[in-house]
Amino acid sequence: MKRYILQRFLQLIPVLIGITFLSFAMMRIAGSDAITELYGGKGAVAQEIIDQKRAELGLDRPFVEQYFSWLGGMLTGDMGTSYVSGRDVFKTFVSKLPATLLLTALSILATVLISIPLGVLAAVRHDRFTDYLLRFLSFIGNSLPNFFVALLLMQVLSIRLGWLPVISSGTGFKSAVMPTLTLAIAMSAKYMRQVRATVLEELNKDYVTGAQARGVRGRVILWRSVLKASMLTIITLLALSIGSLLGGTAIIESIFMWDGVGKLAVDAITMRDYPLIQAYVVWMAIIYVLVNLVTDLLYHALDPRIRLGVSR
Amino acid sequence: MSEVTVRKQKIKKDTVRIRLILFGSLALLLLLCSIFSDYLTPYDPYLQDLGNAKAPPSAAHLFGTDRYGRDMLSRVIVGSRTSIYSTLLLVGIVTALGTAVGVFCGWHGKWIDTVLMRISDMFLAFPGLVFAMAVAGVLGGGLQNAIIALAAISWPKYARIARSQTLAQKETPWLKAALLSGSGTWKILFKHVLPNIIGPILVTSMLDIGTMMMELAGLSFLGLGAKPPTAEWGSMMSDTRSLLTTRPWVTLAPGFAIFVSVMIFNLLGDTIRDYADPKSRRR
Repeated sequence: MKRYILQRFLQLIPVLIGITFLSFAMMRIAGSDAITELYGGKGAVAQEIIDQKRAELGLDRPFVEQYFSWLGGMLTGDMGTSYVSGRDVFKTFVSKLPATLLLTALSILATVLISIPLGVLAAVRHDRFTDYLLRFLSFIGNSLPNFFVALLLMQVLSIRLGWLPVISSGTGFKSAVMPTLTLAIAMSAKYMRQVRATVLEELNKDYVTGAQARGVRGRVILWRSVLKASMLTIITLLALSIGSLLGGTAIIESIFMWDGVGKLAVDAITMRDYPLIQAYVVWMAIIYVLVNLVTDLLYHALDPRIRLGVSR
Repeated sequence: MSEVTVRKQKIKKDTVRIRLILFGSLALLLLLCSIFSDYLTPYDPYLQDLGNAKAPPSAAHLFGTDRYGRDMLSRVIVGSRTSIYSTLLLVGIVTALGTAVGVFCGWHGKWIDTVLMRISDMFLAFPGLVFAMAVAGVLGGGLQNAIIALAAISWPKYARIARSQTLAQKETPWLKAALLSGSGTWKILFKHVLPNIIGPILVTSMLDIGTMMMELAGLSFLGLGAKPPTAEWGSMMSDTRSLLTTRPWVTLAPGFAIFVSVMIFNLLGDTIRDYADPKSRRR
C-alpha cells in the first residue's frame, strides 16, 4: 500500500508539469503578454521602452526559462497581478475559493440526498413502474443544459413564486438554494443511473440468491450486504464527478452572481485578463488531480482485499 | 421454459428496432429542419420590427418576438442550423482525430505510443470544461474557437478506445495472415483494422452528440461561442437573459429547442448502443 501511494505521487509529477506547461503555453499562443496589455491602448510607444520593459519583466528570455521562473512564482503564491484590477492574482483567487468550495460541497450533498435513495429505489423496483418513471426523469435531467435549468428555476422559483432572490447576495442560505439545486439536478440525473446500475449488479450476484434461499429477508439483504458492497463504487463514482462539477460551477456562478472563482474566471475571460484565467485553470486542474488521487487512495484503503494485503 | 425465454428476447429485439426507426427518423427530421431552415421560417429571422417588439406568443408569432421585434420561432428554427451543424462538425472532428491518434498509437507502439498516451493522460487530468473555457477565452471566442476548444478536451477518450481496439485487432489471426501475405500497412489499417474497430467508436460518438451540443451551447451562452446577431441557441439565451423577468418565452424558447434536440440525440445514441451491444440492454 505504501509503495502504491508513493507510486501514485510520482505519477502525479509529470501530470502537474504538463498541466502547468499547457496553461503557460496557452497564454503565449494567445500572442499576448504583459507588454502588449500595458501599452496596448496607449498609441505608439517607442520600441526602446518596450524592449526595456521586456527585459525588466524577463520576457526576452527563452520560453523554457520563462516557464520555470513562472512556475517558481506560482509555487510561492506569486502569480502576477491582474491586468484589469491590478490586484494580486493569487490573493484574489484564494479569497473567492471558499464560495466555490461551499457551492460544490452543497451540490454534492444535495446530489447524494437525491440520487442515492432514488437510485436504490429504482434498482429494487427493477423493470417496474417506479423504475421506469425514475429512469425517465433521469433521462430528462441528462438532456437539460444546466444554464437552461438555472433560468427555469429562476423563472419559476423567484419570478413567478417570489420565494427566492433572483440574484444572490452574499453566500447566505437563500442565495445558495438555486445554484445548488441547478448543479444537483444535472449531477443527480447522471449519478442516479450509476447508483442504480451498481446496486442492480450487486443484486444479481450469487450471494444474494444464496441469502434469499436461506430465507434472509429482502430488506436485511439490501441494507446489510448489498448497499454495503455497492457503497464503495458509489462513493468513488461520486468523487470522480467532482471534476466536471468544478467546471460546471462557472456558468452557474455567473448566472446567479455567486461570488466564487467560477464567476471570477468567466469575468476574466470576457475581459481577457490572462493571469487570472491562468490561475483559474492551473488551480482548478491541481484541485481536480488531487481530488482524484485522494479518491483513488481512499478506494484502495477501503477495499478489504487490498487493505488486508491480498495481492491485486 | 426455454420457449418462453426465446420469445421474450425476440420481443425485446423488436422494440429496439422500432425505437431505432422512431428516433432515427426524429433525428433525421431535426437534420432536415436545420438544412432547410431558410425555407421553414415564417418570418425573416433577422428582420427587426420595433413596433412589435417583445410581443407575447400569439397565433402570428408562436414564440413571441424579442426586443427588436424579431420573430422568435424563426430565430429558433434558423438557430438549429448553427447549433446542430457545429455539434456534428465537432463530433466528427473529435471522432476522426481521436481514432487516427489511437490507431496510430496502437499500431506503431514503442515510444510514440507512450508519448501520445501520456499527452492524452494530461488532457484527461484537466477538468474538461475549465480547460475548454480557458482555451476559448484565450483564442478569443467565436464558434470556430469554441469547437477547437471542445475538440482539444474530447479527443483523448476516442484515442483510448481506438488504441485498445487496435491492440486487440493486432492479435487476431486474420491480421497475422494479412501481414504474412505481404499486405502494406495502409491496406491493413484501412481494410482490416478500421472496419473492425469503428463500431464501438461510432457508438461512443453517437452517445456524445447530446453532451457536446450542451457544452457548445454552454460556451456560446458564456459568450465564448457564436456571437450575436448569429442565431445560435446558447447565445440567443444569454442575449435575451435580461428579458427573463418580464418576457420569459424569449429566453426559454431556445432552451427548449436545445433540450428537445439533445433528448432526441440521446435517445438515438442509447438505442444505437442497445442495438450494437445487446449485453448493455439487460440493465
